[in-house]
Amino acid sequence: MIRVIIALCMLLITGVSLTAGEEITIAAASDLNFAFKEIVTEYEKASGNHVKLTLGSSGNFYAQIQNGAPFDLYFSADIAYPRKLEEAGLTVPGSLFQYAVGRIVLWTGNGAHLDFSKGLEILREPTIRKIAIANPQHTPYGRAAVAAMEHAQVYDRVKDKLVLGENISQAAQFVESGAADVGIIALSLALAPPMQAAGHYWEIPADAYPPIEQGAVILMGGKNQENAKAFLSFVQGAEGQIVMKRYGFVIPADRVKP
Amino acid sequence: MNWIAIAVTFKLALLTAAVLLIVGLPIAYWLTFSKWRWKFIVESVVALPLVLPPTVLGFYILVAIGPHSPVGRFYSDVVGHPLPFTFEGLLLASILYSLPFAVQPFAAAFEQVDRRLIEASWTLGVSKLKTFFRLIVPLSTAGLITGAVLSFAHTLGEFGVVLMVGGNIEGETRTVSIDIYDEVQALNYAGAAKTALLLLAVSYGVLLLVYAMNRKVWAVWPQR
Repeated sequence: MIRVIIALCMLLITGVSLTAGEEITIAAASDLNFAFKEIVTEYEKASGNHVKLTLGSSGNFYAQIQNGAPFDLYFSADIAYPRKLEEAGLTVPGSLFQYAVGRIVLWTGNGAHLDFSKGLEILREPTIRKIAIANPQHTPYGRAAVAAMEHAQVYDRVKDKLVLGENISQAAQFVESGAADVGIIALSLALAPPMQAAGHYWEIPADAYPPIEQGAVILMGGKNQENAKAFLSFVQGAEGQIVMKRYGFVIPADRVKP
Repeated sequence: MNWIAIAVTFKLALLTAAVLLIVGLPIAYWLTFSKWRWKFIVESVVALPLVLPPTVLGFYILVAIGPHSPVGRFYSDVVGHPLPFTFEGLLLASILYSLPFAVQPFAAAFEQVDRRLIEASWTLGVSKLKTFFRLIVPLSTAGLITGAVLSFAHTLGEFGVVLMVGGNIEGETRTVSIDIYDEVQALNYAGAAKTALLLLAVSYGVLLLVYAMNRKVWAVWPQR
């Protein structure tokens, strides 16, 4: 029996490389969940390179990269994290750039029949029992949600109703599944086809929370800096920008232009 | 269905079970036959992953093998890349996490072997090592298979530890349970359901195997 197991192991070890050729590993904030899956598919078609996409919370990625996670590229929902990595010398100098500004919305499923005309005030309604947001401890969208609720002076009254997603996608899933009555989620997720079909949203005015400036950076620990650069320019290029705009991201260059 | 994640998971589970089959034997032997008064201290350490929250274990492993620890630095100096968020790091974590699932059935099986046979073998001048491999191991096959199969199945489903030390990288550390988590967050419930069903079927199959094998009346593995 031991011989069989050893033979199997040898087979597995030699057959490890499932994907040959050029590939890059990307850590992306989960507000990019749907947008980046499209961009990655297009990029793979255009370049012939393979992209390994990992989605999660920006703060978790920041901690993982500090602990030596082998990502080539890091797309954070908060530019402060890649900036700190740059200060720590973990990034390719000069590679940091702001790729988008994120927006947050109040979202609810079709079954809940909620009227968003009063804005965030509605969160105080007793019929709303659970409000899904991302964990403000390590997610920029969670912090923006808390800031918006504080700005509307409802936070203290509703904080016992909050349920925290590990990242913004999970918060969206909480409310999409009906487990939470409403959620404060990323506009990019509200515009994703499955979310659009399942409910409606109200955009929280941008002056209610500090802007969610999203930054990307090429990492020193990565193995493939050239391909990382190529992917970055693809995101900044026409094809990438079309997708990003379709998912409601404000592109910084647009703000500079009148 | 995400076949890459399935391949990674099975590879991880097979290697974990294989390593535990080798590493677990001497530990189980010592736990069974040692007469040391403080043996229970070691027994408790071996059983610790049964009760320890996986995030706690994962956190300790991450810190222990990270670039800020001497062990982690030594590894990255020798191999050239750090251990966390790699398949090797995940394998190490899985071995520690599944240790009791291998060692406890091994030790229980060794315990069942008739002491008189072992002592007869020793008094006839057969060395302890030879007695172990020619007498104890053949008489404990069911326990050994149970331990290997349980550690395999336990590794298939691990989540917390993988989340802490794995980093969810495709083809490297994205296991099936992490893939299900990702699919749910992408609102792809159909995809998650398919993979979940596969895990359910495999887990049930593994338990069927274990219980069938340990059934005394209907010995699948004839005792020699």
